[in-house]
Amino acid sequence: MTTLLRSTRRGFLQGLGAGLLITITDTRLFAQAESGFQGRRGGRAGRGGAFGGAPVPISARIHIAHDGAVTVLSGKVECGQGARAEIGQAAAEELRLHPDQITVLLCDTTLCPNDGGTFGSQTTPRTIPVIRAAAAAARLALLELASRAWSVPAAELDTHDGKVLHAASHRETSFGDLAASDQAAQAFSQIPRNVTVTPVKDWKVMGAPAFRHDQRDMVTGRHAFPTDITRPGMLYGKILRPPALGSTLTSLDATTPIDGVTLVHDNDFAGVVAPTSFAADNAIAALAPAAKWSAPPTNSSETLAADLRASVRGGVPTNPFPAHAPDKLFQQSYFTPYIQHAPLEPRTAVAEWAGSKLTVWTATQNPFSVRSELARAFSIPEDDIHLIVPDFGGAFGGKHTGECAIEAARLAKAAGKPVILRWSRAEEFTFAYFRPAAVIDVSAALTPARKIASWFFVNINSGNSGIDSPYAIPSKRSQYVTSAPPLRHGSYRGLAATANNFARECAMNELAALASADPLDFRLKHLDDSRLRDVLQAAADKFNWGQKLPEGHAAGLACGTEKGSYVAACAEVSLDKNTITVHRVVQTFECGAIVNPLGLTQQVQGAITQGLGPTFWEQIRFTNGHIENAAFAKYRVPRFSDLPQIDVHLLDRKDIPSAGAGETPLICIAPAITNALTALTHTPLRALPLHV
Amino acid sequence: MNQQISFTLNGKPHSLATDPDRPLIGVLREDLGLHGTRFGCGEAQCAACTVLVNGERTYSCRMAVSEADGQHIQTIEGLATGEKLHPVQQAFLDEGAYQCGYCTSGMIMGAVALLADNPHPTDDQIIQFMNRHLCRCCGYVKIIAAIKRAAATGGAQ
Repeated sequence: MTTLLRSTRRGFLQGLGAGLLITITDTRLFAQAESGFQGRRGGRAGRGGAFGGAPVPISARIHIAHDGAVTVLSGKVECGQGARAEIGQAAAEELRLHPDQITVLLCDTTLCPNDGGTFGSQTTPRTIPVIRAAAAAARLALLELASRAWSVPAAELDTHDGKVLHAASHRETSFGDLAASDQAAQAFSQIPRNVTVTPVKDWKVMGAPAFRHDQRDMVTGRHAFPTDITRPGMLYGKILRPPALGSTLTSLDATTPIDGVTLVHDNDFAGVVAPTSFAADNAIAALAPAAKWSAPPTNSSETLAADLRASVRGGVPTNPFPAHAPDKLFQQSYFTPYIQHAPLEPRTAVAEWAGSKLTVWTATQNPFSVRSELARAFSIPEDDIHLIVPDFGGAFGGKHTGECAIEAARLAKAAGKPVILRWSRAEEFTFAYFRPAAVIDVSAALTPARKIASWFFVNINSGNSGIDSPYAIPSKRSQYVTSAPPLRHGSYRGLAATANNFARECAMNELAALASADPLDFRLKHLDDSRLRDVLQAAADKFNWGQKLPEGHAAGLACGTEKGSYVAACAEVSLDKNTITVHRVVQTFECGAIVNPLGLTQQVQGAITQGLGPTFWEQIRFTNGHIENAAFAKYRVPRFSDLPQIDVHLLDRKDIPSAGAGETPLICIAPAITNALTALTHTPLRALPLHV
Repeated sequence: MNQQISFTLNGKPHSLATDPDRPLIGVLREDLGLHGTRFGCGEAQCAACTVLVNGERTYSCRMAVSEADGQHIQTIEGLATGEKLHPVQQAFLDEGAYQCGYCTSGMIMGAVALLADNPHPTDDQIIQFMNRHLCRCCGYVKIIAAIKRAAATGGAQ
């Protein structure tokens, strides 16, 4: 079903065919329930639908139409990370259906429960258990309905292929017929606490490779991304942007109207609405000379590391663990720059007003939060805003916020027509937020027995994720301190875990060198965590760590854990004059019981390759608020020709609850390559992107 | 300053009056309703907007519609024959060679152009030709596998 068909709740119901079961979907109820749920970190919430909040109707999650069509609803979004396939698997598993028999309806704020944002690798550990519980409860409710209708014990009934069966009496009835019965609404009113879900050992659909069900539309071009949404009478918007970040519009002396173009100017906001995107672009170009801007701030990427260090309030914390002779003291600093997410689909929103009610189609990882942003921006109730998130073209942590949606809605309101606003690539590179730059100080003391006695780790500016060392060290402390960042930063796939693992794993290699120890042995000597040991040892084995490599080649490794999953990478690298070649990457990854091995393999392969970008090229260059490389021609990202041989090994731990996998596979590639290069140059590299 | 421009689009003649300087992608998407050609950068740097002009790979974001006058243009919408997918589409489908899918139209059109020229490319030839296409999910491994599968299943048609 297309996005447009479900622009209203009634439209959705008509589109799906008659079905009694959607009776209660009050998103406020779910927002409350979910906030209670999210407040209990690590709780058993999802397992029994026991949110700790209001009772959750099955019908909010699972819709069964009279013709038996099953739809599962979630407020999660799909942007290539695999939520859609996985949610379909979870529902199919518990309803004993084939995944093709399930439609997954993702974020539409008037229909879908608020499942929180799609970030932090949380869909697998948080949302999948909720979906499983709802689907298992739906199946039980169907059994119960048949049991009552036939006056036989529910224990004698089974389900198969969308039917409830009673083998003894050769009776069967369809899910659709049961859902149409008078008792259905009551039966589907609540997900019982402690509902039993299928144990991992009995999984048939989960654990097996699953595709997105909309895959055919991807290869025919029929899938409607946010950029493809069209509304009757829709016009094309464009915003007048400052020449530098931090400048604001002080005056706009626009006197010459352009045919067919509407200028929208309100204090420091200016944009145009035009019949085509070309006309909108031209109108903005014509308007630009008439604009005056406030002076930009003074800043530069050249002095970024020093500026961040100098701006830590109260100064950078000092090492509380003094080294005592004969221990050797190690002290180094590492750096990662600002980078941009650069999803292939630029930020886009389509906004349409009907009186004071607003409908927005946009790409965001945080739909309910963007709805709140819109409500605040226009002083209207959230209930008057209908936000729809079609599956969109990549995010990587970059699409949390609603500025594009707000801009589109401002233009649409002024124009009195639906408006699409699609950011240009230069806007993407400039006006979206950046992955924060980091300066990281590492101090450690090494004993004559080649053991680390103390470890002090300070992340300046980029964050806490993955900051704690997984190594067994008697005295250790890791802390994050804020600075005064010159650019607006925000989320990015893996958050600070990439920077923190880069610094830690490079420092571990330097310490190993100081101890004249093999990097693998040195790590294993400091590792108690068996899951991390397992992935590291497996990567080393698959890579054949210690093997003799061709002349001019060297190997490096790194390992880490974040968000409950574990990763290790070995890289083989060569250096010829100034040309670095990554020949081979072996990466092992473990995230508990694997839900979708196909999607997981793609995530891990993609993360390894994506991680080459910040390792070698990606870096935002800026001077006084002007972004100097705001184009793909100036901002190099990984290409086909950059592919090393990639060997991915997934460790399937069926005995451990599934963790997410969107981020952790990204955190080891930069340090593994850096450590390999350092083995060649014998000069430790401590800043990304790497320069030799 | 509109100009009458005529071309063959997916085998059918089209004629429209428009600003000749508009990029072809804008006309395809905004006037003709063909959204399968995706906008990624507007700089001819990502190849998401790839179409075939007289069979040649062309980045429609940097081609003025006036240049299309009299030419044969093929977009992703023109590849399948009814419900039967083009072998390259089928290969991408069978391999699951996409993640977010935003680069997929361009990748498929690029692969069609490659295989028309070189029905059995080596890995290196695939990489060299396809190197203009960006996939930000970095699903290149699967895409190469899909192109090889397409080559083995008559993708050069």
